[in-house]
Amino acid sequence: MSGHLTARDDARVWGLHFGLIALLFAAQYVLPDYHNGVIARVMVLALFAMGYNVLFGYTGLLSLGHSMFFAAGLYGAGLPIYHFGVHPLPAFAIGIGCGTALALLVGALALRTTGVAFMIVTLMFAQVAYLMSLWLGEWTRGDEGLTLSRAERIIEIGPMFLDMTNRDTRYIIAWALFALGLGITLLIARSRFGRVLVAIRENEERARMLGFDTFANKLASVAISGAISATAGAAYVLLFGYMGSTFASIQYSILPLLWVLLGGAATTLGPFFGTLLMFYLAEMSNDALNAWFPDARLNQIGIVGVALILLVLFFPKGLFGSIRERWLKWLP
Amino acid sequence: MAAVTPLLVVDDLHRSFGGLKAVDGVDLTVMPGEVRAIIGPNGAGKSTLVGLICGRVEPSSGSILFDGRDITSMPAHRRVRQGIAYTFQITSIFPNLTVFDNVALPVQRSQHHAVGAARLRAGVMEALERVGLSDRADQPAGELAYGHQRLLEVAMGLSLKPRLLILDEPTQGLSDGEIEGFIGLVREIARDATVMLIEHNMAVVMSLAHRITVLSSGKVLAEGTPEEIRADAHVQAAYLGTPDDD
Repeated sequence: MSGHLTARDDARVWGLHFGLIALLFAAQYVLPDYHNGVIARVMVLALFAMGYNVLFGYTGLLSLGHSMFFAAGLYGAGLPIYHFGVHPLPAFAIGIGCGTALALLVGALALRTTGVAFMIVTLMFAQVAYLMSLWLGEWTRGDEGLTLSRAERIIEIGPMFLDMTNRDTRYIIAWALFALGLGITLLIARSRFGRVLVAIRENEERARMLGFDTFANKLASVAISGAISATAGAAYVLLFGYMGSTFASIQYSILPLLWVLLGGAATTLGPFFGTLLMFYLAEMSNDALNAWFPDARLNQIGIVGVALILLVLFFPKGLFGSIRERWLKWLP
Repeated sequence: MAAVTPLLVVDDLHRSFGGLKAVDGVDLTVMPGEVRAIIGPNGAGKSTLVGLICGRVEPSSGSILFDGRDITSMPAHRRVRQGIAYTFQITSIFPNLTVFDNVALPVQRSQHHAVGAARLRAGVMEALERVGLSDRADQPAGELAYGHQRLLEVAMGLSLKPRLLILDEPTQGLSDGEIEGFIGLVREIARDATVMLIEHNMAVVMSLAHRITVLSSGKVLAEGTPEEIRADAHVQAAYLGTPDDD
């Protein structure tokens, strides 16, 4: 958020964002099979991270319960398809609707608190959501989860035929949603609304005494953040065909926080690169650790924890936060 | 003046914190265009009184009319939209945002949403020029010198285009030279807004105020023109007579 951008900075910002989107589009033609799948997944999870970043990065509200919004999208879209044979397209919309409604409800209650209390309240709501996903095991099959068949993941409208079990279709849908999410965060970051959110983050009392309804603005931020997170969840179940309680667990509340911190909070590009880096970092170290200590049964959660500690100690502003601070002041 | 409706009417306002009566039955009438100074020893209830007027503090009882409208239970952010702007006693800016963004916030509040970026920019630069900070627009506000931060705070208040601008100890911590410039600025502001000024510096009060209200222990001790206040024996005893070095 720089003061007033010159036309040159403006061109740079758009160039950079369109450049990344174009690069990711082109990548599908060169990436080998495995990495093609990884990038598709990373783009969907980065969408989740971008949603998280709206609330955490720009508004300064640390939620420990975003898994519930992701899971609301996941189950909101997946369960109607699985149990009632709902067409994937309206199911996708239902998923986003569930997440947005949940965000408005949780926001209206949790925003009565601030700081640590806000973290605890969101965490508790998310735990309720997680336990619900286990308790309703007859519908969700809890930890084991549910898998959507190929037939349930095909969207056919007139001449349009999208088979989401197909590698290329999956990539292009993930890419389109990612591009949309990036565009939305860029627009928010540079809008007057975005400036108000940052003002609330920096000095809420002052923002209030400048005539801004801080509660309404924070609630809008929670709703947008929840809607984007739910979109990622709904896309996930359609593209990868699986829904399970793990996605409602605390792990999926911590991960977006970590991705955003790694990439740089309150930067538009940080969430994507944070997710990308974390994915490969966790995977590589996982492989290495398991190769060195074959019987130790290590998993990536340990790596995530170590990364978080190192990050806070040595890289508090994250990748793009540091780049902006040192070199590219015009980065949004 | 008698035919004009008062801009602000405070009627029998009370506010206590626990057993302490910070504001204890204050009546106050401010006419449009006036520069009203509120003085009194520390703990007299000055900051609580303006806190009540701008909505940061809720009254225990009493009423506040702004431009004929009862605002006693209106939330603070809506009072700002009615035209009451408050600048903080302890400088309250957005230190990590640029000077430009600090002022862009109140400007976008006072402008209509449809207004384009060029108008926003023009509004910001106009406010910065008025306080003499236009060449520092791109600097992070936290890097400004203290005196400049006070001016930025005033620019933020001005940008709201307020009808009543409340300045809570604006000259605190400023150098003599800065105070000089500040007096000129307030005179200029007072041409299109009513100003309420809490101030310890008597030279500033005497040269700016049309009327002065003296508070002591949450009550109005005296009210009048600077000459009347200077001559008032009670005020002499309670306030002016004692060496004041806070």
